[in-house]
Amino acid sequence: MSDLSYLYQEILLEHNSKPRNYRILNDATVSIEGHNPLCGDKYTLQIKLEKDTIVDIGFQGSGCAISKASTSMLTERVKGKTTSEAFSVFDAFHMMVTEPDKDIDHDLLEDLELLSGVSGYPARIKCAILSWHALREAIEGESGSVSTE
Amino acid sequence: MTDGFKVNSIRKDFPILSQTVNGKPLVYLDNAATSQKPQCVIDSLSNYYQTVNSNVHRGVHTLSQLATDDYEAARSKIRSFINAGSDQEIIYTRGTTESINLVAYSFGVQNIRSGDEIIISGMEHHSNIVPWQLLCEQTGAVLRIIPITDSGELDINQYGALLSDKTKLVSVVHQSNALGTINSVKEITAMAHSLGAVVLVDGAQSAPHMKVDVQDIGCDFFAFSGHKLYGPTGIGVLYGKSEVLDNMVPYQSGGEMIKSVTFDKTIFNVLPHKFEAGTPDIAGAIGLGAAIDYVNDIGLDAINSYESELLAYGTAKLEQIASLRIIGTSSHKGAVLSFTLGDIHPHDIGTILDSEGIAIRTGHHCAQPVMERYGIPATARASMSFYNTKEEIDTLVTGIDRVLEVFS
Ligand SMILES: Cc1ncc(COP(=O)(O)O)c(C=O)c1O
Repeated sequence: MSDLSYLYQEILLEHNSKPRNYRILNDATVSIEGHNPLCGDKYTLQIKLEKDTIVDIGFQGSGCAISKASTSMLTERVKGKTTSEAFSVFDAFHMMVTEPDKDIDHDLLEDLELLSGVSGYPARIKCAILSWHALREAIEGESGSVSTE
Repeated sequence: MTDGFKVNSIRKDFPILSQTVNGKPLVYLDNAATSQKPQCVIDSLSNYYQTVNSNVHRGVHTLSQLATDDYEAARSKIRSFINAGSDQEIIYTRGTTESINLVAYSFGVQNIRSGDEIIISGMEHHSNIVPWQLLCEQTGAVLRIIPITDSGELDINQYGALLSDKTKLVSVVHQSNALGTINSVKEITAMAHSLGAVVLVDGAQSAPHMKVDVQDIGCDFFAFSGHKLYGPTGIGVLYGKSEVLDNMVPYQSGGEMIKSVTFDKTIFNVLPHKFEAGTPDIAGAIGLGAAIDYVNDIGLDAINSYESELLAYGTAKLEQIASLRIIGTSSHKGAVLSFTLGDIHPHDIGTILDSEGIAIRTGHHCAQPVMERYGIPATARASMSFYNTKEEIDTLVTGIDRVLEVFS
């Protein structure tokens, strides 16, 4: 039970009900859709890139609490950061949820550590990671859509 | 009425049900995805491999004969289970999906032409949508969809309006996996036949839960899966009327399905072997036969009335939860409760229930058009079987309360 309350922490539920940067970005330079067909999670990430910097980011869409909170936290974490920083955070986040036995990079992850409980729920890892894959594709210039199935 | 239904002793026949999951007794409510297997089915598989394993229809030796006898005896059990006219109308497949594909590729490619129409319904499983879409792409035929009403029933008037002399094939689900609705397939078949169209009924969800009489329905094809009928995975059935099957070309080719082969000419085998190329799932067929024996011992009438009681009980309980909305409220339903819970995503419901040992399905249930019809991304679905109990439904309700608590 403690596992479950760790997964659905208050802060995560709060991100779910009041997602950050949940808006349309009119001056976005890239836009990408992340879709998990199995559970119907679907988000559009919009990013305003200036050279290597993510100067603004917004998202829209719907899905489970984990995917929505994860996307909300992602936008907070990478806004104002360079793309290479975003890649490093992606790697650290990916490792945190898929290889929980490895050491967590606290400095890189900051608040995202709240999502570490997901690693104990294999069926939910792709919910947490969906928007991160979308972000990665987006800044690699692959505007379009990604899917975690 | 079902006071005599001995659910506790029935549960002992299913070894998996006594497990704990996440420290809690397993409450298995995902029967529409696949059912659990009674010990007699599990035993029939190991018994086959331990005592008679050999290939069928091709040996003079004793074991091959024994294996063939058991394999064909299972076919007879299946025939009688759905009241088909003869054993040769029972074709073994891998499951419902392959059965539908067989019809789409064999009957479809041979008989469907550009401008013809195929009618399916808005509540089909993807396996009864995609083969027809592909067939339409290949042939230039047009796919028409019978709409669903708000309560989750097929709109029969609209169906009547869709039917025309262009209609060549109608393929509908008997019981919807996403909504639980039981469709009037007899009426649907009669309407199609009056215009000369051929009818396939997807019986994946009906065969395990109600008495099916294919001759009474009158359909040309009836498809179902062993694994939802307490049998093994990997085996399924396509029933086809022999006069329809006789005129169809083989679906796959190779051994078993031929009578003679020379490099000039191959003569196909008789029904049903014409459609059974290669070494089949012998153990699976025998296991399905054992599952049918088991179901017959309990009796489908007893099963059906007990499951109806579970459905009524579960519906009444879930209706008491204010933010819960049942999707699929037809008065003619199997024991399936598909629901949404406020704006809590079904995936989160599923994870929290799982932590309580409760297995339900969450998602679109391979029926995305149904989700679209109701404007929802997904549902949580509890699907019951005769080994479930009212106490388990109470556990589900407590689990849902826990979900609400987490999200409060
Ligand atoms: C109504 C319906 N049709 C077809 C299928 C496909 O069955 P299978 O996956 O066993 O081929 C299912 C399985 O979920 C079903 O519920």
